[in-house]
Amino acid sequence: MIDRLRSVTGRKGLMAFLTVGFVFIVVAPTVMSDFRLNLLAKYLCFAIAAVGIDLSWGYGGMLTLGQGVFFGIGGYSMGMFLKLAEAGPDGLPDFMSYNGLTEVPAFWKPFASAAVALPAAVILPMLLAAGLGWLIFRQRIRGPYFAILTQALAAAFVILLIGQQGYTAGTNGLTNMTSFFGYDLNDPVNQRTLYVVVAVVLGAVFLLARQIVSSRYGRLLIAVRDGEDRVRFLGYDPTRVKVLAFTVSAGMAGLAGALFVPVVGIMSPALLGIVPSLELLIGVALGGRATLVGAVVGTVLVNYAKTSLSEQIPSGWLYLQGALFIGVVAFAPRGLAGLWEAISTWARRRERRPTPQLIEPAAMP
Amino acid sequence: MNLLEVRDLEVVFDGFRAIDGLDFTVAEGDVRFLIGPNGAGKTTLVDAITGRNRPDGGTVLFANENLLGRAEHEIVRMGVGRSFQTPAVFESLTVVENLDLAASFRMPLRSLLRRRRGVTETVTTALEAVNLTASASVAAGILSHGQKQWLEIGMLLVQEPKLLLLDEPVAGMSPEERTRTGELLHEIARSRTVVVVEHDMEFLRRFARSVTVMHEGKILCEGSVAEVQGNPQVQEVYLGRGRDRRHTAEAV
Repeated sequence: MIDRLRSVTGRKGLMAFLTVGFVFIVVAPTVMSDFRLNLLAKYLCFAIAAVGIDLSWGYGGMLTLGQGVFFGIGGYSMGMFLKLAEAGPDGLPDFMSYNGLTEVPAFWKPFASAAVALPAAVILPMLLAAGLGWLIFRQRIRGPYFAILTQALAAAFVILLIGQQGYTAGTNGLTNMTSFFGYDLNDPVNQRTLYVVVAVVLGAVFLLARQIVSSRYGRLLIAVRDGEDRVRFLGYDPTRVKVLAFTVSAGMAGLAGALFVPVVGIMSPALLGIVPSLELLIGVALGGRATLVGAVVGTVLVNYAKTSLSEQIPSGWLYLQGALFIGVVAFAPRGLAGLWEAISTWARRRERRPTPQLIEPAAMP
Repeated sequence: MNLLEVRDLEVVFDGFRAIDGLDFTVAEGDVRFLIGPNGAGKTTLVDAITGRNRPDGGTVLFANENLLGRAEHEIVRMGVGRSFQTPAVFESLTVVENLDLAASFRMPLRSLLRRRRGVTETVTTALEAVNLTASASVAAGILSHGQKQWLEIGMLLVQEPKLLLLDEPVAGMSPEERTRTGELLHEIARSRTVVVVEHDMEFLRRFARSVTVMHEGKILCEGSVAEVQGNPQVQEVYLGRGRDRRHTAEAV
């Protein structure tokens, strides 16, 4: 098992991975309050989605501004399962009764079973991304055009959810989810367990992404990003390469959404529209595109800053967010990872340089 | 035997006939140079053969199979390789990674998802052939212009194409780099058919087996280097008098 891990991370990487894992799974739960740990669990959910975004944007050059859609499909799949599990005696989730529905809609019914809902949270986003990606990439639509398409998708998805209030609970979204497989979600002990689950899933997602980017396919993905046309003349079909990365990233976003629901207890259109999709992106940009560690660190930092700043100055976050984005684009296009690299090269060079000899003032002309 | 047969090819861009009813055949084992003034349609012809543009008429047969209407990567898989005027290597990948990617193009996606272990013999051989063994693990972006061009030739070599189309392989190279590229080309031509688009006449004289001159989307003449050089029409086209003459003819 350890050997397998080492083959994915490398020796130094394995040490770092295990250390960080220890900090997150053992240290964090012992030193953090229930409230803060729950927040960290939420950040880690976003980090799972961020790793996926890094795959498609950082490595594959596909700027996806609609990752919230996949996050939302995952979240709603889980939410539907939880709502049905705690529905009243008539089997109807609360908001459906308020909206005058008398029967559970047909498309809700399969989600009553965990065996359907949990895989669906990952598989549905992947199917959507694969179909959409195939249509878009085959037509050689890329760059800003692809970005705008995904953004439009996010906007349309929100409109659909809000419009179908009886089936989706509209703007309010799915709320009042209190138990998860019979465990009370308001019990701090269960929330702590849930945190560990999220941290472990993030670790697994990270390793999967790591394996993908260090394989030959990972090199190919970078090649497609840097010269899609050239890749065609090497005998590869870039459409397939891009669809695969986009699909995997959608699956990760779906998984993140599914974990988000029991952690936070809500899933609503406000969590998956254009703005939340962009917020996921900022974490990746800040951490450094095409570095998986950067995506995780950037996302956790951005969300931590968002929480703490919103606690101090409620309206301050939006300004900081804007400034952050401009700052990264203007001064650190490769994000924190790029800065870190620049600093360590600079430090190494300084070390190597011989100490300058003092020149006697008299010797100077 | 003809490896490549282009018949009656038409490529029209917005009403402009870039290729105008062109016939072009290349025999197996030939080293054919394709020359002509700027705008003659040389690159457009290469693009049409490799699926980069969609011709409006005619046929392109490669080893008796039709190439028109196929996707670029399918044509490459059939055994037609090409290079571009500006070297198009992947700058953020290392030299070895560039070559390895080129060599793995027939791998199914499932095997591509595995990690590369070490360097295959094909790649090692290609590294030596293009004189880049010392820079094997360097990012391709920091190579010199000439080295990038060689890396690109190396990437074509590992794919073992039957037909190789090179678009200005020595453009922008120093004299020493040209000589080295010529030697490389000589090596390549031993076992495969090569079509080279090139302006450099000295390079052409040294390495061409036969020459095709294009002008305004048509073939002007074809033959050995000596024949083409002795052709008065070719001299006129290159000295820019061809157009004036035709205008006079029309006026008369």
